[in-house]
Amino acid sequence: MRKVVMDMVYELAKKDPRIFFIGSDLGTEVLKNFKQEMPARFLMEGISEQHLIGMAAGLAAEGKIVYLNTIATFLTRRCFEQIVLDLCLHKTNVRLISSGGGIVYAPLGPTHLAIDDIAILRAVPNMTILAPADAEEMRRLMPATVDYLGPIYIRLGKGGDPIVAPNLPFEIGKGYVVREGSDALIVTTGVTLKTALDAADVLNQEGITVSILHLPTIKPLDTKTILEQAVKVPTIVVVEEHTILGGLGSAVAEVLMEAGFTDSKKFKRIGIPDVFPEGYGSQASMMEKYGITAKNIAETVKKLRE
Amino acid sequence: MKLDERSRQLREQMIRVMEKGKRGHLPSAFSMTEILRILYDEVLRYNPADPLWKERDRFILSKGHGCIALYVLLAEKSFFPQEELWKFCKPDGLLGGHPERHIPGVEWGTGSLGHGLPVGVGFALNAKYEKANHRVFVLVGDGESNEGSVWEAALSASKHKLDNLVVIVDYNKQMTYGTTFEVQDLEPLAEKWKSFGFGVREVDGHDLHGLRSVFSQVPFAPGKPNVIICHTVKGKGVKFIERNFSWHHKSSVGEEEMKLLYEGVKNNA
Repeated sequence: MRKVVMDMVYELAKKDPRIFFIGSDLGTEVLKNFKQEMPARFLMEGISEQHLIGMAAGLAAEGKIVYLNTIATFLTRRCFEQIVLDLCLHKTNVRLISSGGGIVYAPLGPTHLAIDDIAILRAVPNMTILAPADAEEMRRLMPATVDYLGPIYIRLGKGGDPIVAPNLPFEIGKGYVVREGSDALIVTTGVTLKTALDAADVLNQEGITVSILHLPTIKPLDTKTILEQAVKVPTIVVVEEHTILGGLGSAVAEVLMEAGFTDSKKFKRIGIPDVFPEGYGSQASMMEKYGITAKNIAETVKKLRE
Repeated sequence: MKLDERSRQLREQMIRVMEKGKRGHLPSAFSMTEILRILYDEVLRYNPADPLWKERDRFILSKGHGCIALYVLLAEKSFFPQEELWKFCKPDGLLGGHPERHIPGVEWGTGSLGHGLPVGVGFALNAKYEKANHRVFVLVGDGESNEGSVWEAALSASKHKLDNLVVIVDYNKQMTYGTTFEVQDLEPLAEKWKSFGFGVREVDGHDLHGLRSVFSQVPFAPGKPNVIICHTVKGKGVKFIERNFSWHHKSSVGEEEMKLLYEGVKNNA
């Protein structure tokens, strides 16, 4: 996904002279072609996230479209106020490309685990949050980010993630019904679409059919599709590679509560609980540890149906 | 040094703004009155009829709390009607306690410190990229210079050889709690900026001739960003608020005090 997003930045920049790229201190091979062919629009600016955001905002206010990449935790936590004021308040066309969204960097420990990026950015007016499921969806998504007004956060997966998102034109703000069933609805975003699909297969073998709603745009939320799908089933589970506080699960819960589904629906969030994840291992082993697995989703759906 | 009539009049307007809005960071505004006056009277290129005119010089008031001074000048230059000044901080007013970009003539919304210079670097970098000859001026406070982002941006300005960027430091040496020397000493400040690759000038920030002269020398060295360290007095112009720590921000000023402020300015002739 990371390779594709960078390839796309290069391709888009070749066609559109307004596009700039800013990195902090990225790998030496990153966008080599961009740097060679469009050196004045390629900026590697050092480990100074507050400055990077401010500078990007300045360029964007002058009519440029700035793609800015660094590690997710540094890109969101370190410079949060710059994001709020210089990007969101001023509605500048800066696209934050966050490497290692969620627990991709599991072996690197808590400083690198972006388990709260969606929650903190979701609270800020004018921010748009995207989390595609795979590299192909990223390829479809990127052209939509060029002329979109206001800042965008683009959450990257690990890379090599299975291609599972439906091959449909990408529209920012639109949810995609990936499967339809009558017993439960699984709502998800990003790479956990694959986990949800696996869970659906497990449940299907037991005669339970589920719908899957993939929301690659977390903000603005496609509440219409959420409600259309939710009304059809008694049970709803939200799965995300993120803390259960303030992310997609919370967002969906807010929509359901306000639609008056309180008594008639069984609902559960699956994600990282309210802890700093402990230990290292891999993204997969940490997902396993915190139950972000097909097995746990399937069991949760069954339990809610009891 | 006594103030001339224009400097006194500008301060009287600011007092009036504070009187109407019943609040404001008056001493911070007084500290940079001469700097802003010279900028808007003689240095900056702008067009009030077309505030976003492409060739305008960009001015960012990064120490946004001093905005009363900026508002008075922008109103005087017809960026917006004078009447707006009398609605300062009112529910239906254009002008709040910190500047916002929707105000004609305000280049960037500030209020949280340490934001203006990174944005200014973006502006200046864009001007270089576009081979445009407008300039970018960013006024920062001395307390603001505690923020790491100021120095991150300084590194970047120097790397990109932004000689079209002028940082102005309002060095009144006074923060909210105490002096900069007590709270967080910036000295040797000129040396710091020099070591960050800037062309540096120091000037008395209330001396009109000195300011004029130093602005006319920009760029100080080709290929280097510029900084002008303006030695100023917080509250300058009214003796009883000068260097008076109880006067950083006021949200209630009695009639008697207002009278004293007007008299204070008048007496500074």
